[in-house]
Amino acid sequence: MTWPDQRAPPQGRLSVKRTLSTPRRPWEKRMPRIRVEVDGATYEDDVEPRLLLVHYLRERLGKVGTPVGCDTSNCGACTVLLDGESVKSCSVLAVQADGADVTTVEGLGVGGTTHPMQRAFHEEHALQCGYCTPGMIMASLDLLRENPDPSDDEVREGLEGNLCRCTGYQNIVKAVRRAAKDMREPAEREVTP
Amino acid sequence: MIPAAFDYARPRSVDEAVRALADAGEDAKVLAGGQSLMPLLRLRLAIPDALIDLGRIAALREIRDDGDAVVIGSMATHHQVIRDPLVRAHLPLIARTTETVADPAVRHRGTFGGSLAHADPAGDLPAVALALDAVLLVRSPRGEREIPAAEFFVDWMTSALEPDELLVGVRVPKLGPGWGVHYEKFHRTAQAWAIVGVACAVRRDGDSVAEARVALTNMGPAPVRAGAVEDAVRGRPISDDSFRSAGGHAADGTEPPSDLHGSSEYRSHLATVLTARALAAAAAA
Ligand SMILES: Cc1cc2nc3c(=O)[nH]c(=O)nc-3n(C[C@H](O)[C@H](O)[C@H](O)COP(=O)(O)OP(=O)(O)OC[C@H]3O[C@@H](n4cnc5c(N)ncnc54)[C@H](O)[C@@H]3O)c2cc1C
Ligand code: FES
Ligand code: FES
Repeated sequence: MTWPDQRAPPQGRLSVKRTLSTPRRPWEKRMPRIRVEVDGATYEDDVEPRLLLVHYLRERLGKVGTPVGCDTSNCGACTVLLDGESVKSCSVLAVQADGADVTTVEGLGVGGTTHPMQRAFHEEHALQCGYCTPGMIMASLDLLRENPDPSDDEVREGLEGNLCRCTGYQNIVKAVRRAAKDMREPAEREVTP
Repeated sequence: MIPAAFDYARPRSVDEAVRALADAGEDAKVLAGGQSLMPLLRLRLAIPDALIDLGRIAALREIRDDGDAVVIGSMATHHQVIRDPLVRAHLPLIARTTETVADPAVRHRGTFGGSLAHADPAGDLPAVALALDAVLLVRSPRGEREIPAAEFFVDWMTSALEPDELLVGVRVPKLGPGWGVHYEKFHRTAQAWAIVGVACAVRRDGDSVAEARVALTNMGPAPVRAGAVEDAVRGRPISDDSFRSAGGHAADGTEPPSDLHGSSEYRSHLATVLTARALAAAAAA
C-alpha cells in the first residue's frame, strides 16, 4: 500500500493524526493500494481496509478455488500459503498481504499438470463433496515443508485446523502420506502407472 | 460476514504505533495476529473505528535473553515461540503449552502478546504467564509501565491495558535447574479451546516437592493461581497420593463458568483431577 508505509506520504495527503482523528463517514474510509503476487502474477489494487484476503482472491481476482466455510476461523477451507506459510485467508486482511506472495490451490501444477498432492487426493479418494479439499491440500503442503515424511499421527496433527464433514479423514491421511512419498521420490512416481 | 468499515494504519516503529493508537482514540484497536480479532470483526461483535496493525514492526517480534529472564516481544508468533531456542531452553512450559494452542495456520499468525492482551479465560497462555510470574511491558504516550501477570488479567476478556496502551513485550523469569513443567489441557477435539487447563511447574528436592506453581485456565472469568494447591503440596513426598490430595484443593475459591462444554460442577471436578495429573507429570519431567 502507498500509505502509511516506509515511503513518504504523498503530497497533500493526511498525516496519521489527521486521518485517524478526523471523523469520516464509513463510505469515506481510505482505500490503501496493495501489491501482491498471487500464483505467480503480480496485482496492484486499491482495497478497503476491511476487505478479507479470501474475498480479495475470490471476488477481485476471480480465484474461486479458495472457498469460505465458516465465520469463526475454524474450518480451514480458505487456507492459502502466505509467503510460504499456511494461513486462513478469511482471517487475514488483504492489506496485511501487501507485498507478500500468495499461493492458492489454483497456483499448483504448471501447464495443465497436476501437483503430486492433487494427484494423491484424487487417487486415494480423499474427497467427497470437495469443499474442504483446497484448504486440505494447502495445509498438507505446509506440513510437508517442515516434515517431508510424516507419520499418520503427524498428518492428523498437522491438519487439525482443517475440518472435513464427509470423508472421516482416513483417506486424507493416506493421500498426504502418498504425496509425501511421491514428492520425496519423484523418479519412482513416474514409472508407477 | 464482512467486517464494518474501519481506518487502517500500519506503523513502522513502536513510537509510531503508540502515537497512532493515541491519536485514533478510544474506539481504535490494535491488530496483532488477528486470529481472535478477525472473527470478532466478521461477526461484528467488534466494530472499531480504526485498526493499528503491528505486523510490520520487526522489533516487536524479537525474543531476547535478559539475564535471569527472557523477554518475548509481543508480536512473536506462536509458531516462532515454539521453535525459539531461548524459550525451549529456559521456558519449556511456554513452548509446550503453545504447541497445544489452535492449529498450525493460526499459530503462523497468532501472537504471544495478542493471546495475553485478549485475556480470553479459555486462552492457554494467560495461565502460563501467571504461573511463571511474568511481567507485561507496556508503552503509552505517558511512558512505560510494567504490569505483573497477577494484576494483568482483570475480568472476562478484560486486561489491565488502557485503550491507549500497547503491550510491547513480556519478561518471563527463567526457571532454574531442578524444575519440571507440564500443561494439562482438557478439550474434546484437537483444535478446540480448553474446557479446563492446568499450568504447572514443580521444583524437586530429592524425593519431595520443594516448591510448586499452579495456575488454572477457564476456571473463572480470568486465569487463577491455585495457591491452596501450591501450599498443600509444598514439602510433600513425590507420590500420587500427595498429588491427589493437593489436587483436591484446585477448585478452592474459583468461580468456574457453566457453558455448552461443561457445568461449573463438572469443571470443578475436572480441575482437581487435571491438577493431580499435571503435578505428577511436572514432577516426573
Ligand atoms: C480456530 C482457533 C482456535 C484457537 N484455539 C486456541 C487455543 O486452543 N488456545 C488459545 O490460547 N488460543 C487459541 N486461539 C486464539 C489464538 O491463540 C490467538 O492467536 C490469540 O488469542 C490472539 O492473538 P493474536 O495475535 O491473533 O491477536 P489479535 O486477534 O490480533 O488481537 C486480540 C486482541 O488483543 C489486542 N491486542 C493484541 N496485541 C496487542 C498488543 N500488543 N497491545 C495491545 N493490545 C493488543 C487486540 O486489540 C485484540 O483486542 C484460537 C484461535 C482460532 C482462530
Ligand atoms: S472460512 Fe473457515 S477458517 Fe476460513
Ligand atoms: S470432502 Fe466434503 S468436507 Fe471434506
